[in-house]
Amino acid sequence: MAADYPKHEHDVLVIGAGGAGLRAAIEASGEGASVGLVCKSMLGKAHTVMAEGGIAAALGNVDDRDNWKVHFSDTMRGGQYINNWRMAELHAKEAPERVRELESWGALFDRTKGGRILQRNFGGHRYPRLAHVGDRTGLEMIRTLQDHGIHQGIDVHMEFTVVCLLKDGDRVSGALAYDRERGRFRVFHANAVVLATGGIGRAYRITSNSWEYTGDGHALAYRAGAELIDMEFIQFHPTGMVWPPSVRGILVTEGVRGEGGVLLNKEGKRFMFDDIPDNYKSQTADSPEEGWRYTQGDRNARRPPELLTRDHVARCILREVREGRGSPHGGVFLDIAWISEKLANGAEHIQKKLPSMYHQFMQLAKIDITKEPMEVGPTTHYVMGGIRVNADSQMSNVPGLFACGECAAGINGANRLGGNSLSDLLVLGKRAGEYAAKFAKEHGGTSIDMSQVEEAEQAALKPFSETPIEGEESNNPYDIQFALQETMQSLVGIVRQGAEMEQALEKIAQLKKRAQRVAVTGHREFNPGWHTALDLANLFTVAEAVTRSALLREESRGAQFRKDFTSKDPEWGKANIATSQGPDGQMKVERIPIPEMPAELNAIIEEMG
Amino acid sequence: MKSATFKIWRSGEEEGGRFEEYAAEVEEGMVVLDAVRQIQSKQVNDLALRWNCKAGKCGSCSAEINGMPKLMCMTRLSDLPLDKPVTVEPIKAFPLIKDLVADVSSNYRAKKSIKKFKPRAPDEADGTWRMVQSDVDRVQEFRKCIECFLCQDVCHVLRDHRLHEKFVGPRSLVYAASLDMHPLDVEDRLEDLKESHGVGYCNITKCCTKVCPENITITDNAIIPLKERVVDRHYDPLAKLFRLFRRRPSSETQAQSENHD
Repeated sequence: MAADYPKHEHDVLVIGAGGAGLRAAIEASGEGASVGLVCKSMLGKAHTVMAEGGIAAALGNVDDRDNWKVHFSDTMRGGQYINNWRMAELHAKEAPERVRELESWGALFDRTKGGRILQRNFGGHRYPRLAHVGDRTGLEMIRTLQDHGIHQGIDVHMEFTVVCLLKDGDRVSGALAYDRERGRFRVFHANAVVLATGGIGRAYRITSNSWEYTGDGHALAYRAGAELIDMEFIQFHPTGMVWPPSVRGILVTEGVRGEGGVLLNKEGKRFMFDDIPDNYKSQTADSPEEGWRYTQGDRNARRPPELLTRDHVARCILREVREGRGSPHGGVFLDIAWISEKLANGAEHIQKKLPSMYHQFMQLAKIDITKEPMEVGPTTHYVMGGIRVNADSQMSNVPGLFACGECAAGINGANRLGGNSLSDLLVLGKRAGEYAAKFAKEHGGTSIDMSQVEEAEQAALKPFSETPIEGEESNNPYDIQFALQETMQSLVGIVRQGAEMEQALEKIAQLKKRAQRVAVTGHREFNPGWHTALDLANLFTVAEAVTRSALLREESRGAQFRKDFTSKDPEWGKANIATSQGPDGQMKVERIPIPEMPAELNAIIEEMG
Repeated sequence: MKSATFKIWRSGEEEGGRFEEYAAEVEEGMVVLDAVRQIQSKQVNDLALRWNCKAGKCGSCSAEINGMPKLMCMTRLSDLPLDKPVTVEPIKAFPLIKDLVADVSSNYRAKKSIKKFKPRAPDEADGTWRMVQSDVDRVQEFRKCIECFLCQDVCHVLRDHRLHEKFVGPRSLVYAASLDMHPLDVEDRLEDLKESHGVGYCNITKCCTKVCPENITITDNAIIPLKERVVDRHYDPLAKLFRLFRRRPSSETQAQSENHD
């Protein structure tokens, strides 16, 4: 049978076509490599399209005090200093060049009065730093990369899902994928593979992520022998929609707060002033008045507390809700309409600066944000953890296997600053493509081991031979996915504790067992039930990695908050947690020390305060 | 909890498929996509559909709901009469793959045939450009496009006459306009627009504009200016003079004359 597999040969195979995957593919093909790009959905539909706020890059167009050093130290502070400092350094240094390059490929950003790229304020960034276009920056970015990329001679395979990576000895040699349309398997043979598969949001019930984000890259790499790090750190974006129920979790951009939006509890109080962390006190406004001036570009004003880091804002919202001061549907109020008190053309200004938010609330919730406050609450948004890679080359510990974007880890540490994701995609996506092409060129060919292919195919087809079971022990793939989401949402959410996470591990093990008999109805052609069944294994891997890492880290830091260990432990400030598959197939989590920061970077952090 | 009936197109052996009826539980604020996904997860796991962002930003879940081309994620059930079954069908201007999923790959090929962005030389020594906001604003409308292809779906040149190979359709013309009116772009796309992209086939019925979920004024702001540019270059001087007297020729005449050019 082996000879029947349609086979694609590429120097570099990129898996995932969001911002990072596209940027990697463009770079690799620019380096002369033949590139295949595989994506789960159609081109241009990946999650990058949802990014609203902007791309963080220290261009210094709006405030000339900004430079890479400030951006670097902001990123490290946001990540609570357990970031990969080399990655944060490269990112801060190279982001401006990557943004300008995007403009030369046709991206159109909003302008300053002098005609340069305009930059806006965002949480955790000391100066206005985010290059943006209204509140649809992600669309502009993915479209620019897509439209540039299609003329680069990249072979794009749309609606293909990778089920496993193939290996030749220690090296990665390609991947096995199926196409959604026909349900047929194909072998992709490549000298280097770049994973750019995005996040794991579908492990939770309330999420801003689409069906695609099932931790595929994380799990593929893990099973191929790569290490994951920082998996305990999941970003709950403070402002997702909470009402109506069917839109719960959909993102409300931080740009709303950047433009002057304020968070209020049901008593009408700006509760964010109640709790300002010590390490941000000197940078945060004392009064609403100062905060407003900051959003309007007053260089002498400090930022309002609504623009503190996302982990902190999410926890403050949760506190208000739990203490009974929330909005009617279990969130808090986010009010941008109030700026009409300050600006003569307030309503018009909101529509111009936040057009898609205006549209989204008008259509989905029948709320006019220029007149009424929105109701918002935390939503699972982004995973800081991911595949452990070398900062310069983005290669994992598996030779020839690279990763970039959300599925890779290091740059964000314990918490990502808004806007750093889009710049990360560009900077590290470019590096991944460059080094993957170089690796493919310098290393000889690999061969495909057909026994791996056949084994993976058999496993993938097993659900068709199972009989559906109903009731409590249902083996419907959606039921199992919902049960896992519920478990993670209630037991490994924003506020965590040991006993609950132990319970989560038990539940995950039970669900895994139940999933061994997952049954699929219908045939192989475009069958979402089957795809959901195949994604389950990836979700289990990431759910377990998140839970085990969160259990091991007995402290609260950044996005990880433990009710049983509420303070920060300086010892944990020197370590990351790595997850890998042990020889017995069991998941192994271990503490690994962070290499010491070079003196010159340390000096920058000291200097920036 | 309230219940509503959905008639969803299912592919099948005989005549390519038929409508099947399903009941869905309805709660406040639900959109059509929620109901269809509920039916998928509880009743028919293999029901094929596309969706991603659930917020009108990715343009994946295009369908015809009660005969109207719409995004499933942005169509609220409270805006539909639920005393009758809600029909959900795939978009029709493209070959069907399965159930609610159509083969829209022709749109990707059409886009690739349009010459890519080509900027003028940088304005500054450091390789950067200067632009004014009003120039940026002018093309933003076209760049909002989420590629849902609903405009292609209702374009009669594509839907009824199936001229996909001769006419790139409204989405691609919006794309061409976004490049042509880009403040930095210096590429010449007029020959292609006239010849291989068939801009003359559009006779300005404006159906595309009506269904655009991003409210892009496709015909007036994108297609007509492109037609005018083609006309400016290709009309003889007499016609130019004629146009001076009748500042705006009727759209129908203009389209036809291009067709026969």
